[in-house]
Amino acid sequence: MRPIGIITQLLELIVALAAAPLFVGWINQCRAWLQNRSAPSLWLPYRGIRKLFHKDAVIAAGASPLFRLAPYMVFAAMVVAAGIIPSMGTRLPLTQVADAIALVGLLATARVFMSLAAMDIGTAFGTLGARREMMVGFLAEPALLMVIFVASLISATTALPAITEHLATQSLGLYPSLAFTAVAFLMVLLAENARIPVDNPATHLELTMIHEALLLEYSARHLALMEWAAALKLFNYACIGFALFIPWGVSTRGSAPVTLLASLPLLVAKLAVAGAVLALIETVSAKLRVFRAPEFLATAFLFAVLGLLVHLLLGA
Amino acid sequence: MAPVPHSPLDACLVLLALWGLIGLAGLVRPRSLRYVGRTLFPLGALCGLALAAVAFSAIGTPTEHALLLVGLPDLPMHLRRDALASLFLGLLGAVSAGISVFAAGYFRRGQGTSAGLLCLQYHLFLASMGFVLLADDAYAFMVAWESMALASYFLVTTQHSLGEIRRAGFLYLLIAHVGALAILLAFGVMQGGSWQFTFDAMRAARLPPSWAAAAFLLALFGFGTKAGLAPLHVWLPEAHPAAPSPVSALMSGVMLKMAVYGMLRVSFDLLGTPQWWWGVSALAVGLFSALYGVVFAAAQTDMKRLLAWSSIENVGIIFTGVGLAIVFHGAGMPALAALALIALLYHALNHAFMKSLLFCSTGAVLHSTGERNLGRLGGLIHRMPWVAWLSLIGALSLAGLPPLNGFVSEWLLLQAFLFAHQVPHTFINMLLPLGAALVALAAALAAYVMVKFYGVIFLGQPREATLLHAHDANALERLGLLWLAAGCVALGLMPTQVVGTLRAVVRELAHVDLPDPTAPWWLLEPLPGRLASYSGLALLLAVAAVVLLTFLGVRLFYHRRVRRAAPWDCGFARLDARMQDTAEGFGQPIRHMFEPFFAMRRELPSPFDRAPRYHVAIADPLWLRLYQPLGSLVQRIADAFAVLQQGRIATYLLYSFVTLVVLLAVVL
Repeated sequence: MRPIGIITQLLELIVALAAAPLFVGWINQCRAWLQNRSAPSLWLPYRGIRKLFHKDAVIAAGASPLFRLAPYMVFAAMVVAAGIIPSMGTRLPLTQVADAIALVGLLATARVFMSLAAMDIGTAFGTLGARREMMVGFLAEPALLMVIFVASLISATTALPAITEHLATQSLGLYPSLAFTAVAFLMVLLAENARIPVDNPATHLELTMIHEALLLEYSARHLALMEWAAALKLFNYACIGFALFIPWGVSTRGSAPVTLLASLPLLVAKLAVAGAVLALIETVSAKLRVFRAPEFLATAFLFAVLGLLVHLLLGA
Repeated sequence: MAPVPHSPLDACLVLLALWGLIGLAGLVRPRSLRYVGRTLFPLGALCGLALAAVAFSAIGTPTEHALLLVGLPDLPMHLRRDALASLFLGLLGAVSAGISVFAAGYFRRGQGTSAGLLCLQYHLFLASMGFVLLADDAYAFMVAWESMALASYFLVTTQHSLGEIRRAGFLYLLIAHVGALAILLAFGVMQGGSWQFTFDAMRAARLPPSWAAAAFLLALFGFGTKAGLAPLHVWLPEAHPAAPSPVSALMSGVMLKMAVYGMLRVSFDLLGTPQWWWGVSALAVGLFSALYGVVFAAAQTDMKRLLAWSSIENVGIIFTGVGLAIVFHGAGMPALAALALIALLYHALNHAFMKSLLFCSTGAVLHSTGERNLGRLGGLIHRMPWVAWLSLIGALSLAGLPPLNGFVSEWLLLQAFLFAHQVPHTFINMLLPLGAALVALAAALAAYVMVKFYGVIFLGQPREATLLHAHDANALERLGLLWLAAGCVALGLMPTQVVGTLRAVVRELAHVDLPDPTAPWWLLEPLPGRLASYSGLALLLAVAAVVLLTFLGVRLFYHRRVRRAAPWDCGFARLDARMQDTAEGFGQPIRHMFEPFFAMRRELPSPFDRAPRYHVAIADPLWLRLYQPLGSLVQRIADAFAVLQQGRIATYLLYSFVTLVVLLAVVL
């Protein structure tokens, strides 16, 4: 293992852990501005996590060890996933361990653990949330896989760094198939990260929530880990999007190690734009009824399949 | 002194014979549970272990032949052990070892058939499956196949005092025989006019393409009925749950794989080179079954039926792999054909372990609570921690999650799909990616099903007061579950070793091979040079390291104080077990989204009902639209013939007389 690989890997993990809550804070800030509210601090998510870590954990009497294990599992899955996605450099030793399909599997593992933990106490909201989360998941997961398939077909591999390198080093060619899949991916991102129009991250209104219902019984450090993991998940999805659709500026295998330093401000710029776009989407759209969510995701799935067909027909 | 067996084939035969003897020994003291359960079943498990050791180590050794001089005069049974047979013998041995240990602790008094008779049927079932794998002529194959069907029929109807179970057994027997007829016809076509029914003669026969296709389709029908492919699946969700749990495990985990074995034997070995469009038919049937099975699994409310439907899904995925391998083989793409074959064999191994594990754990739940209905279970993780945590491994495997085994085979299959676009048929080229999309959808739905299965049984609050007295599985049952769970974990963490073994099988079966791996031993690459790799072990270590670091970090920097309190539930104070989601509720989104799949009957309460009642019954539309019309047609034909049956001897004598006259008129 070359030192540059280890440095890239560690740097990516640290950036992901640090930047994920900030990214959430940035989106909240943008949304507040767009909605003519005075914005909360960029650092608010950090303060929330810190506060939660200091509190005493209150656990429901009927909770099993699975309930206490789940936050650690979900958090670890998201951290490892962050190590697999080439957000800054492609020289990542961890990407050998898991390719893009395994990444989807890892995200699914986190989802399953979260849903099982929500069912553990046996409250009405917990099981309701688990059911809805799995419903969103089983539609979003194949759509995400199809998105990844198109990118894999273009670059003849399922390894994420190789896909990123292939797409980044191409002359600025237009892939019509990627345009379709980018739309599909954006829809999956919104659904998987519990954002409008599928879920509303700002509400605790019982009948509309999905993600918040899963976390209702958690408190203190467990909740902090879950919140941090949710922020990491959003960050990871954003980085998957960058790796597939705007891969330029990532430090690739052939380039000098110094480019790694240049990739950090570029990542920040991409995140800033992506955050603003997400905030805009959330501001202009309304939340769907839960039973419209499958239609939304089926559309995403069809877009991804369409992208696949376009790729096979046009070869681009 | 018995002669020491000097070859793997002899050793296998001795072990199969031992199974038979153990079965017969059960008749000595059929009512003694101590003798049958604590002595004979563990002995059978030891035989299984020995068989697994012999068979797995024999993969890659030269093929052996033998002649067994039993049965009809001048019709000896030809036996043959090659790599494919060894692999499935190993599967049979390894999985049945776990199930037998579990069964040793499982069978109790007063359950229909006596323990000794059950022991005989069980071990004959095992031995006949072994003979199916070793048979090298159509006669021996059919004899073994039919003994397998009969032995399992008697096992299914163990609790024969219940009408529902007798009905399930009859349906199973009927459809098994329709399938067996198709297999027999396939053999008849494959002997190619030589009237030699040995498999060697079939390999040598050069069939015209149309006849080869007919043989393939007959075999697909015949083995498809045994495997439970939709629309031939109707017996499976009836028969598998009706049997005692270890037998359900054996049927779902092992017997379905015999059909996979038969299909591979016929399409790659006996028929020589398969044509690519055969693959398309297998692919279509497989994909349909995978989706149909998993959608119905999501809507079930009986835990064993849910698992049975999930078996249909998994068999569908395996047959999708068969179809894909045939397409690649026919299109002259050996490396991809090898990849698809390895993926499907891997999935067969995986499914054998994980489905047996889950069926056995439903058995433990059933014993402990007396309840199969998901609506009356819940919270068992507190009362039955052993069963609950071991089932978690099975459920996560079946959901296809890394780093466990279910993920590896799905990963390999998706990799095979992903490079399918080089097939030289534009039409197939367009359809294969859609196939990949369906496989992905089925796999994601499987995770939904498993969350429902596990969450409703083991998590939450107990839905009945009686569940508070549930007890954990006994020591033997735990040992059996532990063995099967260990198999799931090992298959997940050591994929390179497994793929190395499967390569030897595939090389001998279809004369295709993967290129030699260039990656280190812990890294699995589908095709070298694709840059894609996966390592379950390293992934597990990475996740475990982060979990440990986080755990220690939180304790080091903050504190570990915990308080227990009543659940929060948004401040609602009077929470009770009936407010949890039920199995019906958990299946509701699926029923809603896949409504055309179901034949549904809803009873909704009106606002003015004094005792409002909500009831949904789902049925299999294929049963209503395909099987019932077929059944009534047969009934009508039979009724028409019943006119002949007068019950008076004079009429029957008249029939004989008329027949004689007609025959004489024809002859003279």
